Amino acid sequence: MTRQITFTEAINEALHIAMQNDPDVIVLGEDICGGGGRKDQGIEDAWGGIMGATRGLIKAFGPERVRDTPISEMGFLGTAVGAAATGLRPVAELMFMDFLGVSLDPLLNQAAKLRYMFGGKVRVPLTVRTSMGAGSRAAAQHSQTLYGITVGIPGLKTVIPSTPADAKGLLLTAIRDDGPVIFCEPKSLMNDVGEVPEGDYEIPLGKAAIVREGSDVSIVGMGRTVKTALEAADRLAALGTSAEVLDLRSLHPMDEEAILATLQKTGSLVVVDESPPRCSIASDVAALCVDQGFDYLNAPVKKVTAPHTPVPFSPVLEDLYVPSADQIVAAVRALS
Amino acid sequence: MELSHDQLLDAYWRMRMIRAFEEKLNDLVTAGRLTGFLHLYAGEEAVATGVCAHLTDLDIVNSTHRGHGHCIAKGVEVEGMMAELYGRSTGTCKGKGGSMHIADLDYGMLGANGIVGAGIPLTAGAALTASIKKSGGVAVGFFGDGATNQGQFHEGLNIASVWNLPAVFILENNGYGEASPTEFVTPMTDLAVRAKSYAMESDVADGMDFFDVYEKAGTAIERARNGGGPTLLECKTYRFMGHYVGDPMTYRTKEESEDWKQNRDPLDLFENRVVEAQLLTSDELRGIDARVDQRIAAAVDAAEQAPFPTPADLLTDVYVTE
Repeated sequence: MTRQITFTEAINEALHIAMQNDPDVIVLGEDICGGGGRKDQGIEDAWGGIMGATRGLIKAFGPERVRDTPISEMGFLGTAVGAAATGLRPVAELMFMDFLGVSLDPLLNQAAKLRYMFGGKVRVPLTVRTSMGAGSRAAAQHSQTLYGITVGIPGLKTVIPSTPADAKGLLLTAIRDDGPVIFCEPKSLMNDVGEVPEGDYEIPLGKAAIVREGSDVSIVGMGRTVKTALEAADRLAALGTSAEVLDLRSLHPMDEEAILATLQKTGSLVVVDESPPRCSIASDVAALCVDQGFDYLNAPVKKVTAPHTPVPFSPVLEDLYVPSADQIVAAVRALS
Repeated sequence: MELSHDQLLDAYWRMRMIRAFEEKLNDLVTAGRLTGFLHLYAGEEAVATGVCAHLTDLDIVNSTHRGHGHCIAKGVEVEGMMAELYGRSTGTCKGKGGSMHIADLDYGMLGANGIVGAGIPLTAGAALTASIKKSGGVAVGFFGDGATNQGQFHEGLNIASVWNLPAVFILENNGYGEASPTEFVTPMTDLAVRAKSYAMESDVADGMDFFDVYEKAGTAIERARNGGGPTLLECKTYRFMGHYVGDPMTYRTKEESEDWKQNRDPLDLFENRVVEAQLLTSDELRGIDARVDQRIAAAVDAAEQAPFPTPADLLTDVYVTE
């Protein structure tokens, strides 16, 4: 049987490989050593990031290339952009995607635009890993899925894996991309275990994956909602409906071809996004289907999203907030 | 710090080039031949020139919305800059950047920047690259008094200091953040004191005096280059023109700006000093004036005749595709 490791371990492995293979790769962020590197006190390794994804890097690669930053998201992301533009290949960790609120300028106005503004004379090979999404009882300021913001900024790419194997391969590709990539890590998946190949491999950005074949309806998801979609597909199968599940994996570039292909195959589509409904990936996918896949549609495109509210704390409410398999099943059943 | 005859000629050539470039732009906009948001550097020439005189090809500078002077001081060609301002494909950025984003990494120029304070962390990042790659280079960030009230200033300086980066932060205090006098928005006169919060070295220079800037910047750059960490150098200066071309300048008196222009013009101060000390002759300086004016005129002619970008250029350079 192939080796099984967690999502977090897969990311950790990708970081080790990327740093091993390229001396220009550096890693920086809040608590990414987390106090590790205090050899005089016998503390070689400590937190390794809030999720432990950077554990061991300080020990393996030293304090020059693995840096704890001040709690200055704007400052260290700007520093990472400057380093990327001048020859390093930084991987910055934005502890929670919600902190985009205090750090947007280096991504919005710098990383995303330098190449265009400079007429192509610069490369900004920056990866920003960021933990996001609900399900951890972390409430309104530590649970958002703000990829809608980064997807809307030309010059950035945005990636969101749903399995440990994809996390490793997509992260290696993101780090080696010569432009800025936002790498979303769904909090609720970090302890998921899956088969992950050994060694170095890349998964291209902009390629969706069919994770379950089906013929009656297409369910499009990303990150955590892929898992929910698969659960719904199981239940639909028991009800006699064959659902195909497409994992977008990359939100920009988005694999429009794959979305239209599955729609053409099944004739109906439900898109599941953990974000609030407005200006979301769900609305984007729905618009694509109507604009370019109208002739394939046998039924309206359905969106299953979070409500237009902040993420609540109370576990009862939070569970209602996140799109559920029940909602997906109901949306599919409403199509026929 | 002694300057050779050639270095003095070069310093005057750059200051004069900056002045002529900015005055020409002012004329071109007024005459309706040029458009865009233009923020001119006239009056502050001694700062960019005094600092950049110490820099080499290994070094990176980062600039602001008022960035033409820093580009010229670092060696970016005025022909490409002029074409850029005209939005032509022969511009330094193929016409896609414009005045607020002129950049040319071939000369170590990491860009003007339209976001006040944003260049400060970028400078720290360029210094981080120099530090990790052990290139021997330093990174110099220019910004105004207004930027010192931005979070990026405080976050960037703290990072540069705690990591002991080879960076020099040049604070051009021209007394006004856009239209607001510094004392309206900042509760101190010498902004260099802000370095103390970050245990960073600092100094204050007369930004109208090339020689004072040259000396103090030299100390800071040498310190950075030798592993001594970053410095905040405040240069007291004055903006001869408005915040932007077309600014009615209702926030300051004519007497005030005339006084600076008559008595504190950095080019006059430089000329008086070098001629009195018999380091350069008036003839040499007038010769430079003529060559500068000729080159600017030719740059305008070439820019006006250069091709515009093609429609296909709209979509390129967003992502790295090759």
